[in-house]
Amino acid sequence: MRPVVALLLFASLTLAACQREERDTRPQSALGSGEQPTPVTTLEPGGQRPYPTDNKAASFEANAFHLSEGKRLFGWFNCSGCHANGGGGMGPALMDEKWIYGKSMESIHATIRDGRPNGMPSFRDKIPDDQIWELAAFVRSLSGNAPSSAAPSRNDDMMVHPSENRMPDAATLGKSP
Amino acid sequence: MKQATQLAAFCGDPACTDRPAAFRKHLGVLTATLLVCAPLLTAASEAPSTPAISPPAAAAPPDDGQWAMPAKNYASTRFSDLAEINEGNVKNLQVAFTFSTGVNKGQEAAPLVVGNTMYIVTPFPNVVYALDLSKPGAPMKWKYEPNPEPAAQGVACCDVVTRGAAFADGRIFFNTLDGHTIALDANSGQPIWNAHIANINIGETITMAPLVVKGKVLVGNSGGEMGVRGWVKALDAGDGHVVWTAYNTGPDKEVLIGPDFKPHYDMDKGKDLGVTTWPPEAWKIGGGNVWGWISYDPDLNLIFHGTGNPGPWNPDLRPGDNKWTSGIFARDPDTGAAKWFYQWTPHDLHDYDGINEQVLLDMKWQGKPRKVLVRPERNGYLYVLDRTTGEVLSAKPYGPVNSSKGVDLKTGRLIENPDKLTGTGKVVRDICPTASGLKDWQPSAFSPKTGLLYIPHNNLCMDEEGVEVNYIAGTPYVGMNVRMIPGPGGNRGAFTAWDIAAEKPAWSLKENFPVWSGAVVTAGDVVFYGTMEGWFKAVSAKTGDLLWQFKTSSGIIGQPITYRGPDGHQYVAILSGIGGWAGAIVSGDLDPRDATAALGFVNVMKDLKNATTAGGTLYVFRLP
Repeated sequence: MRPVVALLLFASLTLAACQREERDTRPQSALGSGEQPTPVTTLEPGGQRPYPTDNKAASFEANAFHLSEGKRLFGWFNCSGCHANGGGGMGPALMDEKWIYGKSMESIHATIRDGRPNGMPSFRDKIPDDQIWELAAFVRSLSGNAPSSAAPSRNDDMMVHPSENRMPDAATLGKSP
Repeated sequence: MKQATQLAAFCGDPACTDRPAAFRKHLGVLTATLLVCAPLLTAASEAPSTPAISPPAAAAPPDDGQWAMPAKNYASTRFSDLAEINEGNVKNLQVAFTFSTGVNKGQEAAPLVVGNTMYIVTPFPNVVYALDLSKPGAPMKWKYEPNPEPAAQGVACCDVVTRGAAFADGRIFFNTLDGHTIALDANSGQPIWNAHIANINIGETITMAPLVVKGKVLVGNSGGEMGVRGWVKALDAGDGHVVWTAYNTGPDKEVLIGPDFKPHYDMDKGKDLGVTTWPPEAWKIGGGNVWGWISYDPDLNLIFHGTGNPGPWNPDLRPGDNKWTSGIFARDPDTGAAKWFYQWTPHDLHDYDGINEQVLLDMKWQGKPRKVLVRPERNGYLYVLDRTTGEVLSAKPYGPVNSSKGVDLKTGRLIENPDKLTGTGKVVRDICPTASGLKDWQPSAFSPKTGLLYIPHNNLCMDEEGVEVNYIAGTPYVGMNVRMIPGPGGNRGAFTAWDIAAEKPAWSLKENFPVWSGAVVTAGDVVFYGTMEGWFKAVSAKTGDLLWQFKTSSGIIGQPITYRGPDGHQYVAILSGIGGWAGAIVSGDLDPRDATAALGFVNVMKDLKNATTAGGTLYVFRLP
């Protein structure tokens, strides 16, 4: 009997060695993804360095579905309560060329997720992460920073400004330099 | 022309018959007409000893040349007996000194003057300065920085304003945006107590000026746009502990409605109306905030305070009368117990907060002496209430109103215009007045010399569309797309002198922008107010003629005051600095391409960025 026990022990140890580390092939959208630091300034001693981009940013920002979802969520999560339909109110305007905490997808995502000290609340654990990316993409479309082929083209409510796919880039207001 | 009308009104007044008998005997040879009118003709040229309309003496003591609370006195007249500056010489006014507040946000506060010191409190971060008026240039005596939470700026609906401080018993009391009431030693600026009474994480802020009554500091919360349940608290002036709290929605016990509560109208009678006039639980996030003015009648031992709009703005989410929002309470200052209530706007459809100032006056109404409360209300009516009972004696529109068709004096109820009912998914156009009201918080002034109430106000209309909204604590709970447009005539503001006895305007001045500043009137028959372009104006209290104006560095939305300086001369002071809801486009740098920005106000203020820039400066004027 003893050789059998030894064999079983040996076999189980060998099989255990075959156990590979778990790989997360499907990120869970409910959890935070981009936890890498997102700078809020372009001032870096010694010159600006590239910082890692989040692959979610690229996949969400030119996607018509995500942009239209962002538009819906912008009302549902009361973003519009403070920022109106982009012109601002309690919070700053989002359709102009001025960005206090950065204009990149990553920066806007971080602003919504973590909040900012002068009044922007933190929506971490209140809005699923993918929906924060959708909101970030829509926020960029308000200042003309989304492809017109993907940005929302209509408004279900009272017309308060041109639809997002017709918004000029706020930095140039549609004029060529 | 104006004087003639006034005399005619006086002669028709039953007060004429109350003249002393000796006076009449002396004139016995004259005809019957002259008998009545002659004494008045003499009286008109002198200061009348007993004006037909005057504040109760206990609530408006003789002027001591100081300015210890924003409304000047408990009756809230904003009238000064000082007359050194008058209609004839006001044109010579010149700057005595200026002072930068260091904060470029909307300056809605009234400076205070007590003894030889002026006190000013800035918008967020709510710095308090004491200036020594006895020295040249009024150098700083002390300053106090409360360092409020910067996050509070994110839950302040309409700029990060404060409407001022209050002085009592050697202390300065003021509120911070992040929900603290603080008492400072007026001499040293040292804090005596600091009470944290409002929570920014549910959207509460404090923007009102406190009122000190019988050793209690009365303070209410702001947040009607954030689903905040409104309350007013009395804090002990000695140590800051909360003596009583009265909510304005919910069960009677929490509203402090007890056996003493005797409302005049049937619509306000019943048990727990603060619960039953709402859908289940909606009263918990229903607004009714106290962010405006409180008056106090020492004779009746009653305080009067309005209540803000119900939340959310979209009325479909709250069927019912939404007690006790958009109304006015009379309460016992000792216990907070409610004595009566009247609802200006039941089931409000248009954000008609009921928090404006109430001027306490004694006058004859239809032959009988009445203790009244005069209120230019946001819904567009100039109400005269009997302040002992809450009965409406008069409610006349003082500007363009189409959202309602008057007030039924029998039931007390506002008659809604069915064409202007708002709701989800429906755009209703040309509603007058706007959400900001025919008049917002900007306080009026009353002169017993003229019997006129001087009302700074708006002339705006709006389109509204109700939209779905979710309640998320600490975020806006509005549910309405709004865009405002200029009212009839195109002038967006007006300054109207209202003849209270005759129930009609005596004169009205047009202003390009809404008149978002307060007013002050003096025994020199001069009225002061400011414009959003930055003009500080003096007009004749009798005729409205422009007598003098001075262009300040930024738009004016503050409250002017006047006082006697240590040198014995009269001074006039105003804080200049654009902002507030109307000026948020400049102070918050909003984008005019969005018609709904700043809850729709930006649409009608698109050109303000070209008319003024942000600022924050105190200006003090005197005669040379």
